[in-house]
Amino acid sequence: MNRREFFRKSFKTGVLTSATLAFGKYKDFFPYSEFISPTTYDLVAIKGGEPDVMFDKAIATLGGMKTFIKKGQTVIVKPNIGWDVSPERGGNTNPVLVNRIIKRCFEAGAKDVYVFDHTCDDWKRCYSNSGIERAAKDAGAKVVSGASEGYYQEVAVKRGEVMKNAKVHELILSSDVFINVPILKSHGSTEVTIGMKNLMGIVWDRGFWHRNDLHKCIADFASYRKPDLTIVDAYYVMKKNGPRGISTDDILTMKSQLIGRDMVAVDSAAARLFGVDPKKIDYIKFAEEMKLGTTDLNKLSINRIIM
Amino acid sequence: MSPAYYKKLRILISLLFFLFTTTVFLDITNNVQVILSPWLVYLQFVPSILKFLSVPALTAGGFIIILVLNISFGRIYCSSVCPLGTLQDIISYTARKLNKKKHFSSSANYRILRYLVFAATLISFIAGNLILLNILEPFSNTGKIFTNVFRPIILLANNFIAFVFERLNIYAVYQIEIKSLSIDLIFISSAFLIVIWIMSFSKGRLFCNTICPVGTILGLLAKYSFVKISINKNRCTSCNLCEKVCKSGCIDKEAKQLDFERCVCCYNCLSVCPNEGIIFSKYYFTDKLKETKIDVDKREFISKTLLYTLTITGISLAQKRIGSKRESTIPVSKNFTVSPPGSIGLSTFTSRCTACHLCVSSCPAQVLQPALWEYGFAGILQPYMDYSASYCTYECVICGNVCPTGAILPVSIEDKKTLQIGKTTFIKKNCIVETEKTECGACAEHCPTKAVKMVPYNKLHIPEIKNEYCVGCGACEHACPTIPYKAIYVEGNPVHQIAKKRSEEKIKREIDFKSDFPF
Repeated sequence: MNRREFFRKSFKTGVLTSATLAFGKYKDFFPYSEFISPTTYDLVAIKGGEPDVMFDKAIATLGGMKTFIKKGQTVIVKPNIGWDVSPERGGNTNPVLVNRIIKRCFEAGAKDVYVFDHTCDDWKRCYSNSGIERAAKDAGAKVVSGASEGYYQEVAVKRGEVMKNAKVHELILSSDVFINVPILKSHGSTEVTIGMKNLMGIVWDRGFWHRNDLHKCIADFASYRKPDLTIVDAYYVMKKNGPRGISTDDILTMKSQLIGRDMVAVDSAAARLFGVDPKKIDYIKFAEEMKLGTTDLNKLSINRIIM
Repeated sequence: MSPAYYKKLRILISLLFFLFTTTVFLDITNNVQVILSPWLVYLQFVPSILKFLSVPALTAGGFIIILVLNISFGRIYCSSVCPLGTLQDIISYTARKLNKKKHFSSSANYRILRYLVFAATLISFIAGNLILLNILEPFSNTGKIFTNVFRPIILLANNFIAFVFERLNIYAVYQIEIKSLSIDLIFISSAFLIVIWIMSFSKGRLFCNTICPVGTILGLLAKYSFVKISINKNRCTSCNLCEKVCKSGCIDKEAKQLDFERCVCCYNCLSVCPNEGIIFSKYYFTDKLKETKIDVDKREFISKTLLYTLTITGISLAQKRIGSKRESTIPVSKNFTVSPPGSIGLSTFTSRCTACHLCVSSCPAQVLQPALWEYGFAGILQPYMDYSASYCTYECVICGNVCPTGAILPVSIEDKKTLQIGKTTFIKKNCIVETEKTECGACAEHCPTKAVKMVPYNKLHIPEIKNEYCVGCGACEHACPTIPYKAIYVEGNPVHQIAKKRSEEKIKREIDFKSDFPF
């Protein structure tokens, strides 16, 4: 092989590889995006399928992950990994869903995907027994600890009324795209915990929230950084004894999922799914008053998919 | 095998044991403890005896092996198995490397001292007080030094490395939160280390032949060993090489005597003797050692030691109501400290634990922390459930699996879910819901059994306690955000009990996936 031949062959190989990488997965998005113009929906609600399948269908109707992630960006996927319980106990986000989200992030060109949570129970047991550590690593994400104060940096919550500042995990500060992946479940004090309350897992001092009007703090902190996308896992829904639950007796298998940009709207829809009126949940009400989003689902364009 | 090899074999074995000990106490990832601990602690003399007392089974019979070895060959334990012995050897070895001229020399016998210390330890142990044993026992001492001095250093180093890697976007090394760092403990354990350091730096195994109760009892037995090291006066040329390498200082070159009671069987002498003047054989050379004269100072010393022993024992007996303390104005005042799951109860635990802190360095949640006064005077340094540091993981049973003395017995995960080590107490007037009139619920969130549950209260929710379901894990107490005093806390059970399992009706499972969304 002489020099010229070497250059020619390298160029051909290069073009071929790039083309495969760039267009190889185009079919995944095609079936759903050809009939509707993407990104017109405010919210997608889907039910009746497995978590990963539902996610693929739903995200496609929003134009796929490419709508949210640009090539080379770093992404933080923040599931709820708060408790040392297995997936069917519904205490943590479904690992199958987390895995699929991360895969789609990489396909959309993400450079790095990070996963972490500031857990309540022992973090290593939570990460492992929730199945999320394995699922995330399999998809190529970096699973990071949130269990040490050294990871958290002081930030100002500019619009906060009670909470003026907080210590936030450094990955939230350094990542380009923030995907919030809560699980819908009951909560002893706030009735339901969904997207906004899941953000408690990116701050260090949760005691402050509990001491200073939990509902107000949840709404305050929701103003700090709006997630670029909120995906609510409502596959196994803990109907009582939340947020930790006692056993699978607390679980109603609802096989549902909600996706949207407006965290307040997504939480409102999820609350309805759970069976409570979002306007009666203080933190959702406060968030709407702070104009962080809407609880008025009638004003939104919702894509409802029943599989 | 030539006698020169004895030393090499001894070094190899001792380093292996030492390496395991180091790993077990310093593994900050908490992965190896459960695997290595049973092997490591099996042959540890005092822990094994204590375990045998609580679980009389062959699995706890490591001390029998040590006794058999001891009656056959002398104090093998001291130079091979004992981690504190190896630690002292490392210190004195380094000292001699730094100063080539430094060498050991014959030392005084200190027989009375060590017998008294041993007697004091034994008496207080029989009286149910482990404080002297906890301070003097070599394995536990090593544990304390590793857990409270070296482990924090390793953790800090790890966190620094993790911090540097973070800047490079590498998260494979993770920071570890140090949940409890007690200056008192670091101070006490450093003091142990410094004492050991000073003693061994110039005097080799002085600790083992003056203070260590294990050394004393094994030495007494070694007097009757089948095989001994002794000096063959006919072959000895008084070249003095053996005395210079004898860590125990038990070779008297003037009298050409080797006091096998104090010999820790390091075999250094065997490897240096050019003339086979020192032998390790069942045909040993005896010559009664010179009797030491008793003088007045010694009498005084003896009587004082006895006095102190009786005082310590007396105080501890007076304090037999373990953990009960301060009836004071402090709003949260626990009558009973919470002892770890598997410890059966307070008095059982405090009379079996030698405070080696193996459970402390193994506990993934870092809830087990060494006590200062929580168990009272007698239980100083024994681990307790420190709910200000963390709380007990519901499905974790590691402490019982690593405990070398049987102070914490192994419990199955299923049994542990209903093992009640304490009960919850709620102080309503401290609670956020009452004082701030806002929602909180941190306690009920964390409760794994829902013994603490939020119930409607003035349009809010307030905790309701059902102690029959409580396991005393301390999750509620740890999570409670009130400052400075908690609104909910766990009172230890003096004797552990069994909790009920909360039975709940199942959620109706049928759902129509084809029905419309409620919005």
